[in-house]
Amino acid sequence: MCVSVARPYSTVARSPSTPLPLRSKLLFFLSQHFYDVEQLRCLLHPKFKGWIQVSISFHTSVPLCESFTSLAYVFALWFVFSSAVARSVSHRFSGQSEWFRPNEKGKFSWDFVNFQEHPIEEVDVSGTVINCTGLDNLGTAKNLRTLSLRGCREVDDWFLSRLHIFQESLEELNLSGCPRISVGGLCALHHLRKLRKLDLSSLPRVQNPGLVRILLEEVLPHCHITGVEYDEGLQAFQEEKDSEALSSTGTGA
Amino acid sequence: FHSHRNINQDVSLTVPPAQLAAMRKHAVRAMPGSDWQPLEITPGLPPERADVVIVGGGVVGWSVAYWLKRKERIRDGVRVLVVEKDPTYSQASTVLSVGGIRQQFSLPENIHLSLASAEFLRSINEHLGVLNEDPVDLQFNHSGYLFIASEKGAGIMEENYRTQRYAGAKVTLLSPAQVKEKFPWLNTEGVALASYGLENEGWFDPWSLLNALRRKAISMGVYQCFGEVTGFRYSTHSMPTDDSHQMSFKRIRYVNVRMPNSLEYQPVECAIVVNAAGAHSGKVADLAGIGSGPKDTLAAVPVPVEPRKRYVYVLHCPDGPGLDTPFLIDYSGVYCRREGLGGNYIAGLSPEEEEEPDTRDLEVDYNFFQDRIWPLLAHRVPAFECTKVASAWAGYYDYNTFDQNCILGLHPLVNNMYFATGFSGHGLQQSPAAGRALAELILDGGFRTLDLSALGFERIFHQEPVLERSIV
Repeated sequence: MCVSVARPYSTVARSPSTPLPLRSKLLFFLSQHFYDVEQLRCLLHPKFKGWIQVSISFHTSVPLCESFTSLAYVFALWFVFSSAVARSVSHRFSGQSEWFRPNEKGKFSWDFVNFQEHPIEEVDVSGTVINCTGLDNLGTAKNLRTLSLRGCREVDDWFLSRLHIFQESLEELNLSGCPRISVGGLCALHHLRKLRKLDLSSLPRVQNPGLVRILLEEVLPHCHITGVEYDEGLQAFQEEKDSEALSSTGTGA
Repeated sequence: FHSHRNINQDVSLTVPPAQLAAMRKHAVRAMPGSDWQPLEITPGLPPERADVVIVGGGVVGWSVAYWLKRKERIRDGVRVLVVEKDPTYSQASTVLSVGGIRQQFSLPENIHLSLASAEFLRSINEHLGVLNEDPVDLQFNHSGYLFIASEKGAGIMEENYRTQRYAGAKVTLLSPAQVKEKFPWLNTEGVALASYGLENEGWFDPWSLLNALRRKAISMGVYQCFGEVTGFRYSTHSMPTDDSHQMSFKRIRYVNVRMPNSLEYQPVECAIVVNAAGAHSGKVADLAGIGSGPKDTLAAVPVPVEPRKRYVYVLHCPDGPGLDTPFLIDYSGVYCRREGLGGNYIAGLSPEEEEEPDTRDLEVDYNFFQDRIWPLLAHRVPAFECTKVASAWAGYYDYNTFDQNCILGLHPLVNNMYFATGFSGHGLQQSPAAGRALAELILDGGFRTLDLSALGFERIFHQEPVLERSIV
């Protein structure tokens, strides 16, 4: 004989005559606003760094075609800012004066148009949904030195194959936490001859991270690759072997 | 009462229990709800009627099917049937392909076909994603192609470079010093100029593309049939030309599809036939009577596509070039690319006309590697001097003997037979765009996105080859 207990699927099904206790009401309210609560939790965490940061360097180099470059430059920065706005989350103003970023309401000041002669040096688009078509907008930034793509879920191998436009200048590249990158895109990074720091932590689609690190270090000898240990792909193999040995002894005995 | 009991006893004694059980099982099967039929119906027969029958289930055939379904304006507007001879794809050119894609051609049509296909592959999950199924993973390696030219071919390479840049391909020219600096493992002796593709070039897994196209097309309602096309039933009508010669035009009415391992065939009534049979396109065209007219007439010109066997060798070289290895193509014709991360490479060479291997089977000749490929390869990449052949396979090119470029379009003498064949080794990389072009021809009446009228049948009838100017 089986007894099935029917639980109500949601507490809303309760009849209005019996009011919810306060605790249930609070839990229900929190569950309805789950994402807001998550964002609040992330905001209050001191180490959260998902803000748009653009650093303007005060170079003295003058671009060749001033008017056209300045327009493209303005558009590049507008694109970078507005893609941050698209996240529709209230941003905290961080207080660093060298970086230009959107403020709490997603509004950004247009002060950067005053710096049109100065080329962009560092771009941080972590956590945005930038993809390889969006990279065209940054194509005018010929002196880009640092690019941070941490946690960008739309960055894939095709995006990496387009990074060759920065081959003369890119020195730091952060690719951690991008779920779509695989070895096919990493093998296109050999164009970036000036690369000095490369962050490859937590790339779930790369099966043998240790081997990939060794091969990349062969191809880019001056680059320091972080986030990956040499034996990362090997541990799984060792565990497999151990578990196979255990199971064989089990069946044998 | 007494006799009643006796009758029951008699019945149970005369019928043995095993036969009774069999009768009961047969009766259960005959009840409604089971799939037993008194007249057996062959499983896997194609429908009796279809709008478009595509002969050939390779990547080009399925690409045409997918684009036809994508371009139909109303649901079930076009009934498409894809007929494939071999369900195991054991000899299909698609799955035996090396899988490279490049834009470094000299003909603008070829460049545009490849570029559009790369565009398709870039957003492949938007095009071929099916709800609740895994996303498509092509394992695309963005390593680019490196073409090497000698003194003789440097001029042609420069002109090709200009055509490619004009068409929108991201290619760059490298001097021997730059090649040596970028790829120190390469021997630059005899190298005058090199052309390197920066984007949209590399190699991928052809089986994934074929399965993705097939899965999406079937989800959109394309019928798939495993069988061989053994004949066409067509009607002929004649018309006089200006000089009062009689020209006869055919219209295919029925396609006879024969079931595998059987003599049974189904005549499929159809409106349009697409010949995407790859290496066997010539045979399919002969079935339609193309090329069997009186001599020196248009009707005597056959479709110039025949199978050519090509060998592909897998090499193992632990000290070979690393992750930056491009798809290297030397001016001697030998090609080589990296395969995986374990020091394996894939190499091959197109043989000369005189030494074309026999196409009856797909057996591999290992002496071809020893005698022809290895010396050239070891000269160009010194690390390959100590390499060993791990394995090899052979596949067919659907070789266009006329000018080695694809044939896309309607046949002038068979009013409803379209051809998407003769790719001569470029079928995989041009398949998405070629499928779209053919679907535009069929449904829109003309090319809409890419103008590929230079690749039609006119050039074959006028005997004006449209040749690729390759570097020598």
